[in-house]
Amino acid sequence: MLKRALAIITLLIIGYWIAQGLAGVPFGQDRMLVGQYYLDHVKAQTGSVNAVTAIVVNYRGFDTLGEVTVLFIASTGVGALLWKRRKERTAKTEGSIVLTTGTRLLMPFIILFGAYIFIHGHLTPGGGFPGGATIATAFLLLYMAFTQYEIPHKAFEKTEGVAGMSYVLVGLIGLAIGGYFLYDWIWQTWGWGVNNIGRLFSGGFIPIIYTLIGIKVGTELSGIIDNMLKEEVSE
Amino acid sequence: MNCMACIEYIIIGLMIISAILAVEWRDLLAAAVGMAAVSLFASLLFFLLQAPDVAMTEAAIGAALSGAVFIFAIKRTQRYETEDEEKPGWWVRW
Repeated sequence: MLKRALAIITLLIIGYWIAQGLAGVPFGQDRMLVGQYYLDHVKAQTGSVNAVTAIVVNYRGFDTLGEVTVLFIASTGVGALLWKRRKERTAKTEGSIVLTTGTRLLMPFIILFGAYIFIHGHLTPGGGFPGGATIATAFLLLYMAFTQYEIPHKAFEKTEGVAGMSYVLVGLIGLAIGGYFLYDWIWQTWGWGVNNIGRLFSGGFIPIIYTLIGIKVGTELSGIIDNMLKEEVSE
Repeated sequence: MNCMACIEYIIIGLMIISAILAVEWRDLLAAAVGMAAVSLFASLLFFLLQAPDVAMTEAAIGAALSGAVFIFAIKRTQRYETEDEEKPGWWVRW
């Protein structure tokens, strides 16, 4: 009881201290110069209408490469922790008629919606990570509905690797053309899609990189689901 | 206080309630559902605060994928918590 009371008093003191420190910070007001700079120059410098994805992929492209790497390491870690010599699906009960029929009907549309989210990343809210997660939920639905279903492992692993390497390759081409890693060569050197701002074929390399990220995230999360679901089978 | 702010406060209240329930429920399957509900309300709140891209990510990953991963883990282990020392709820433990 005394320990608890001491803990609560300590928490209250720390909370009061943090609140006092944060009281002077005006929330909801733009005190940073860089935000307004991005909003003013985003169309001219990146060709993208959506400032959020322009910052994520173009101005902060290297951070996004790190994020993709973190996700790759997480997926590898899940695979390594749950590794077994022989793993199979052991589910016995087939999904109900509502689930199987709904999956058959909805599966292509969910994948289409995920692809739409990452292809139109430079125009509408969204991007590679939400699109990839949406595609992974489609595979989760397939796993839940059908007891025998498994993702095509060889093809998925190869696609994931190729997508990850292509991201680095796009950055390296930028290094060769423009002088720094992840230089937007499609927009700044070629000027491709200058008259097209606000339509699909614009935005420099943002749609290309987001398509690669979407494919990579989708295959990776499907692999994590597959690793979690399968169980060891004794021979 | 206009009505939009009322909706936001209601959603925050629901988030807190489902978070407490997710911690307190002994049935781990129900706790996983409660945790998914926290993510779902957070995604609604992100949408109301004009961050639709974060809302999409939160709904897909927080509510769907991580909930599914937790349910798979419960299926492999056990469904009920069985520690005896923490039997009574938080209002008694105080």
